[in-house]
Amino acid sequence: MSIELEIFIQQVIFGLTIGGYLALIALGYTMVYGIIELINFAHGDLFAFGFFISLTLFQAINPPRPLDLGGLLVILPVIFGITMLLTGGLNVVIDRVAYRPLRNAPRLAPLLTAVGVSFALEAIFAIWQGPSQINYPRYFPEVNILRDVLGLDTFILFTTKDIFLFTVTIPLVIGLTLFIDRTRLGKAMRACAQDREAAAMMGINVNRIIAITFFVGGGLAGAAGLVWGLYINSGRFLMGFEAGLMAFTSAVLGGIGNIRGAVVGAFIIGMIKSMSDGYIGSEWTRVVIFGILILLLVFRPSGILGSTQGVEKV
Amino acid sequence: MQKQMAELWSGLPRWAQAALIIFLIVLVPLAADSLERLTNFALLTQINRALIFVVLALGLNVVVGFAGLLDLGYAAFFAIGAYTFGFLTWPTHDIEASFFIAIWVCAAVAALFGILVGTPTLRLRGDYLAIVTLAFGEIIPTVVRNLDDLTIRIGPWTLVEKLNLTNGSQGMTPLGKPDFGFIESVFQMNPEALRIGVNADFWYFAIVITAVLVLFASRRLDDSRLGRAWKAIRENETAADFMGVDPIRTKLLAFAIGASFSGLAGAVFASMLGAIFPELFRFQVSIFLLIIVVLSGLGSVYGVLIGGLIISIFDGVFLAQVLPSVFPKTDIQSLRWVFFGIGLIIIMVFRPQGLFPRRVAGRRVVENAASDGEIAAVGEVRS
Repeated sequence: MSIELEIFIQQVIFGLTIGGYLALIALGYTMVYGIIELINFAHGDLFAFGFFISLTLFQAINPPRPLDLGGLLVILPVIFGITMLLTGGLNVVIDRVAYRPLRNAPRLAPLLTAVGVSFALEAIFAIWQGPSQINYPRYFPEVNILRDVLGLDTFILFTTKDIFLFTVTIPLVIGLTLFIDRTRLGKAMRACAQDREAAAMMGINVNRIIAITFFVGGGLAGAAGLVWGLYINSGRFLMGFEAGLMAFTSAVLGGIGNIRGAVVGAFIIGMIKSMSDGYIGSEWTRVVIFGILILLLVFRPSGILGSTQGVEKV
Repeated sequence: MQKQMAELWSGLPRWAQAALIIFLIVLVPLAADSLERLTNFALLTQINRALIFVVLALGLNVVVGFAGLLDLGYAAFFAIGAYTFGFLTWPTHDIEASFFIAIWVCAAVAALFGILVGTPTLRLRGDYLAIVTLAFGEIIPTVVRNLDDLTIRIGPWTLVEKLNLTNGSQGMTPLGKPDFGFIESVFQMNPEALRIGVNADFWYFAIVITAVLVLFASRRLDDSRLGRAWKAIRENETAADFMGVDPIRTKLLAFAIGASFSGLAGAVFASMLGAIFPELFRFQVSIFLLIIVVLSGLGSVYGVLIGGLIISIFDGVFLAQVLPSVFPKTDIQSLRWVFFGIGLIIIMVFRPQGLFPRRVAGRRVVENAASDGEIAAVGEVRS
């Protein structure tokens, strides 16, 4: 195989992994937007919170590095569960404090409090974990599958960590879709997204449904933080800001409010990011992604799969 | 108390008001100087910085406060102003324009960018517009950082080779200073005597003049036909449209005028510092300005003036200098954004009109509207 082709395949693998974690964050954006039409600016910081809190949990338990089989089957799922619960809980608290009092205020008021939440969180992360790049130890065993297991002569790096990332993200995404499509709660969420007042008249406790949406969205972002930490092994207090903007771009690309759209959008953005990193230069990636965001919002605000929100709905 | 003060103030003749203001303006650097000696804190440079932020916040106030367009990337126009100034006066570029010409060019270029960003985006709904401006605010510093070694090749043709526009993350320095050569030659002074462009006192007066100019423009705009059109659009775009206000043109003017204030501030800021870096125009600057405007009271010109001064001096002197000297062990600086973030939430939840809201003189507005034969003041009466 030629080296150019191998590099290309490597970029595709990067793109898919980035898409995987972005999808988890983008789902939270799109769900919250679907129900209360709020761009939850602080959502990216929940991803960072998932990263930091899971790191803290790992350090508290201090399992062997890399994890042995027992660790993978017991410690990792436990930390996973606690991280998702805490991040989801934090998101519910944020909603209760910063967004719920402004439910009937002008649209820009909760957006401003969201910016406030985001900045306060980032500053707290900087105090908690320090302002510099921090190391997330390699807890997950890393084995190069193509070269060391299958014995292929290639430079393409495809490791157990990639498989781990997909075994977490894909079931979560499918699970969420089923949750929204099949369960009673999911139905209530869809009803609230369509018309909050009518849903309330049908006996749905709207505030409770909104809180559950924030909980689920936050939990997914927390899971993304944990997975990304184990995958990339480093992070910074500001990591949530950029991840959040990329995830928001994904959600808009797929059509905001549209669950499947968010996932498709995340993989497209992941691919664009990895190709831009590889072929244009990573210093231009921000410009490429934000440029796409601007063009999208200007020319096709309903995204490629169509938004569930009528854009004309003022 | 406040009312009595206001009555006392309006009872004074105009010349006395002017004299009092000039007296206070002159008093500030003297007081700051003696306080600096007493306490060892840098005060005047912080006052200068605060005044620059006031000019910026007044510009943002036009966009967010008057016209109700949430701009999360306002620092981009600040950067454009500063880097246009850099482009025009950085010795390596061999242009070395005069300060007095360059600042107006900077304001115009920033206004042009305001129109460029505004034209395609102003049809968007408020929160989408906010995200577009945010993305723009992120793109500009990144582009500035990367435009130090640009090579563009299309096929066999090399369009641009190793072009250095902004000097990247190393920043541009030195930059042009205002040149008062004619004064020096008339009065036969040693050019070093005035220490123009170096000394903080000189910049204090230069920035006060800029701020007064922008404040005056803001006041005039506030009550103008255009100002009322902005507020009408802010309150209800559809109704304003029906009343004959052209929404797109009106919003574009808000963007352009707001951006031009920012461009002017950027140029003065660049010349004062003598060096500019992409890091000076990060997202935090946009948010800091937004916090000033929202906290002081959206749309209130004097509120933004007072609030901007208080918040930036609180930030630059109290948080950055006084607290660390009292608690040398703890890292107060990093608490800064916790303060501001939580402050923003509290204000929005409990006092959305801000600390110094614009007092709405309903009667006066109605009278004005009647005498002007305009109906664009709908928004005023309602708020």
